[in-house]
Amino acid sequence: MSATSVLATEALAPSFPYLPALVLLPFVGTLLIALVPKGRPDMHRLIAIVTSVTVFALSVALLVAFKPGENAYQFIVSQTWVSALDIKFYLGVDGISLFLVVLTGLMFPIALFAAKPQHDEKGYYLWITLLQAGCMGVFLSLDLFLFFLMFELTLVPLYFLIGRWGHGRRVYAATKFFLFTMAGSALMLVAIVALATMAHAGDNGGVSFDLLKVVASGSVSRNAARWIFLGFAVAFAVKTPVFPFHTWLPDAHTEAPTAGSVDLASVLLKLGAYGYLRFGLLLFPEASVWFAPVMLTLGTIGIVYGGIVAAMQRNLKRLIAYSSVAHMGFAIIGIFALNVQGLEGAILVMVNHGIITGALFILLGYIYTRRHTFEIAKLKGLQKPAPIFAAVFTFVMLAAIGLPGLSGFVGEFLSLIGVYLAHRWWALVAATGVIFAALYLLWAYQRTFHGEPDDDNKHFPEMKLSEKLVLAPLLALIVFLGVYPKPVLDRIEPSVKVLVEHVQRANPGLAPADTQAGSDIDPAKVLEGEQVKLENQAGEKSKVDGGSATTVPETGGAGR
Amino acid sequence: MIAATSVLAQAISTGAQPTPISAGTKVVIPSIDWVALLPLLILTVGAIVMVTLTSLMRGRFISRAYPAYTVVVALAALLASLPVWARVQGWTSFGWIDLVPKQPGASTTVGGAVAVDGFSVFVGIVICATVVVTALFLGEYLRREGLDGPEFYVLLLLSASGGLMMAMADDLIVLFLGLETLSIALYVMAAMHLRRVQSQEAGLKYFVLGAFSSAFFLYGIAMVYGATGSTNLVKISAFLSTAVLTKNGLLMLGFALLLVGFGFKIAAVPFHSWAPDVYDGSPTPATAFMSAAVKAAAFAGLVRVFMVTFGSFAEDWKPIVYTLAVLSMVGGAVLAIVQTNVKRMLAYSSISHAGFILVAVSAATERGIQAVLFYLTAYTFMVVGSFAVVSVVGRAGDDHHSLKDYRGLARSNPVLALVFTIFLLAQAGIPFTSGFFAKFYAIIAAVDAREYWLGIIAMLAAVIAAFLYLRLVIAMYMSGPEDAEEPPPVLGPVRVPFGAGLAIAICFVVTLGAGIFPSTLLDPAGKATPQLVTFTPSSSAAGSGSLSGQGP
Repeated sequence: MSATSVLATEALAPSFPYLPALVLLPFVGTLLIALVPKGRPDMHRLIAIVTSVTVFALSVALLVAFKPGENAYQFIVSQTWVSALDIKFYLGVDGISLFLVVLTGLMFPIALFAAKPQHDEKGYYLWITLLQAGCMGVFLSLDLFLFFLMFELTLVPLYFLIGRWGHGRRVYAATKFFLFTMAGSALMLVAIVALATMAHAGDNGGVSFDLLKVVASGSVSRNAARWIFLGFAVAFAVKTPVFPFHTWLPDAHTEAPTAGSVDLASVLLKLGAYGYLRFGLLLFPEASVWFAPVMLTLGTIGIVYGGIVAAMQRNLKRLIAYSSVAHMGFAIIGIFALNVQGLEGAILVMVNHGIITGALFILLGYIYTRRHTFEIAKLKGLQKPAPIFAAVFTFVMLAAIGLPGLSGFVGEFLSLIGVYLAHRWWALVAATGVIFAALYLLWAYQRTFHGEPDDDNKHFPEMKLSEKLVLAPLLALIVFLGVYPKPVLDRIEPSVKVLVEHVQRANPGLAPADTQAGSDIDPAKVLEGEQVKLENQAGEKSKVDGGSATTVPETGGAGR
Repeated sequence: MIAATSVLAQAISTGAQPTPISAGTKVVIPSIDWVALLPLLILTVGAIVMVTLTSLMRGRFISRAYPAYTVVVALAALLASLPVWARVQGWTSFGWIDLVPKQPGASTTVGGAVAVDGFSVFVGIVICATVVVTALFLGEYLRREGLDGPEFYVLLLLSASGGLMMAMADDLIVLFLGLETLSIALYVMAAMHLRRVQSQEAGLKYFVLGAFSSAFFLYGIAMVYGATGSTNLVKISAFLSTAVLTKNGLLMLGFALLLVGFGFKIAAVPFHSWAPDVYDGSPTPATAFMSAAVKAAAFAGLVRVFMVTFGSFAEDWKPIVYTLAVLSMVGGAVLAIVQTNVKRMLAYSSISHAGFILVAVSAATERGIQAVLFYLTAYTFMVVGSFAVVSVVGRAGDDHHSLKDYRGLARSNPVLALVFTIFLLAQAGIPFTSGFFAKFYAIIAAVDAREYWLGIIAMLAAVIAAFLYLRLVIAMYMSGPEDAEEPPPVLGPVRVPFGAGLAIAICFVVTLGAGIFPSTLLDPAGKATPQLVTFTPSSSAAGSGSLSGQGP
């Protein structure tokens, strides 16, 4: 039984084309903004907000309509685009991409509400809407070519957002971002083309860019697969960013406008990690295991290095940027633990980092609009004039540190468990990252919020109602996902299990005892146990029904 | 010389070649397929009629009609190509017109000297389209610069006819004729701007170096003739596939010299040194035509001679093309970085693009030819569109080409800036533009031929080149102070005349259209395979030796 046949039946089920709507609606919005003449900034803002809110509503509807027990791709849509090369407009969603889609749907409207541009409104809204189209496209594509196209498409809007509406050395930061990411994707394009031409997955042994067909063909030699994996891995490593490829991120984050930073941290950093999950592991199960020690090492270095460097920063935005390097390190080590706990942890880290860091950047944006600086040295004693602001900041900061009960903890914990089961020494080193997080964030907080405010900071305005409303949904999610991540895990788990089995099948040598899906260490149970121990309120704690919601078919799965 | 005459004498006896008239021999005039030659004839006759009429009539009204006339002639040539295309493809109906093709499929005519196949028609259409788009903004340019006169248009049409001749050449001599017709007209066009010293310099430089390269090319033809006994590509191909060469030094020398000639025309490193000066100095519309049509015609010749005729010797010429490709891509991109003149930047970028097309050539497969054609078409519209913008922003005098002159263009001419940005991003290879697919197909061709490193080098060179385009984008969009709008350019907004606007719009539509619906361009490019059809005097449709039959 091939994976595609399972998926083909799925395609008939949905009534509403959620996925094309999610991808195409932002394109329509972009076009509309382009058509409205320049003198109507309110109109541009309105179109951008209506578009992104509609996309958010659609993504929530998708979340509701998503069948939790399924391990296959759902809501599949396929439309031939370039028939000669079997390139298709091929979309589908599974547990791995579902929450990233919802995250994209959520963070764009919030970024729009959180900040307004100072000038050239039309271009600003146009690029931000186009950026959303690209991000949605990346998370939903099941065609290698379409994926690459969308992956590249995200470059241009963010380049303009940073370069035109950013701060300080914005042109330098934007250009660096563009060239770094493009260099990564350049290698990926060659890798994709090499894969497609080698796999002969199309009709009559022709070229095909259909992800599932390529996976099913399995005719790429082991050595070639390793090289091609490397091509993908570098592109994703730049985007994630993984340790030696991260240098564009602090610059881009620091100089980007608030909305750009929010979208960059919340959504764009997830593209790379998602790429490892969707393409790295699925297409190259053998190469993933072969490269796992390298990736684990780089991820661990990223965690430790990001933490240490973040502690040294004098600029708040730069500090959070380096903390992103550290946090994404947790996602990377979780993925390359290559077991259910690690993968689930990685996805949770991605989602939670999106929410928490998004909230942090929004808060920094508010500080900037008040004080026109991100320098820690120029901020002092903000707690006195703005206690609510300080409270909200503390809350989000604690979530970022990974305080149990808040969402940041869940993902990092699961991911560390996964790594511990597979490669415990790396887990021991990586765990220190949590301590670093507490160090740099608390220290930064202490320097900016504690003490007596000087003259410049004495009249720091308190948080406005509109600002509270923007942050409220994020704070609620931080609590909800920290206390009760089960609904999320339930939907992620089937897809993750299939993926882990897929990797194990390709690597018979991999010890199955540690990593067996649904083995003695069940991620949800572990979490619950931990929460009880920490005496956190976990009222709705319910037992994970036996073997969780799904029964994974012996041979089925996302592909072979 | 004696050998040559004996070959000629042989040719006379078989009647297969155009024959010199001498006493006692019966003159055999080869059958001529006038319909297939119609596009070429329309361009040539159109140019001659224009010269004649304008020398008889003078006046303001007439001078206003030059661009329109040129556009009409080029469009007529373009439309005249369509029935040939239909015939070559063997279509039974063309739109609402029912066709009964007389001889479906590719053929050859004029005694085997001219190929009538999908490839020649495709390239011919691209060149005609280049003329149309160039002529659209040429009129206003000449009026602005006070250079009004029919000469530029005549030369444009003649040059294009040379390009067509190159595209359909099935004989090295015809190829050379086409090359010279194309080039000589262009030498004059380059020097046409009377009030700019750089223009005179460009004309002279282009002429001297071009003549030099023509000499190389001619030597190459002679060597190949010496090695194979013919200048006819079909016969060369047949000879090479049947005869075993014990010593092929002469042929290899011929390859090398021909490649030098082509290398000059496509401006591949290390034969590129003329390009920046000539691009910069020439009147901008001439630069546009030069960068698009000359590349198309020269690559058409290169593909037909090397990929098709010498296809069985691919292992011998591939390393040279490989080297040229790498040098051009990397060299063009790196040298472009330090430029501050936009026309020079685009010149270096065109060198880099030539390298990218050479990547597809070095694949030496049918997919490679398809990629070459797609790239040439996409590039034509990107680059003509870019130069149309440059010609408008150059303002009166055609000398505001510094990067500084583009500062704040986003503020004063937002639409123009956005369209230029799209052209630049297309050249950088950003998705949803034709440039992306052009690069993509070139990479597919290379990777499919197992040239992975070439693919990787090509993409990394594209990243370096992207920096060059970003510099222009930065100048237009990001030169202002923080948190404020761009200051408008020092010289105020530029006025975009109607013709230039139309030309830019056409290029814009094609660039985005081919980026969103690539099949519309890719499928015809796939059908436009060059074929070597053996000429038989009675019926010219006979056995063919297309690339698929003799590929590596």
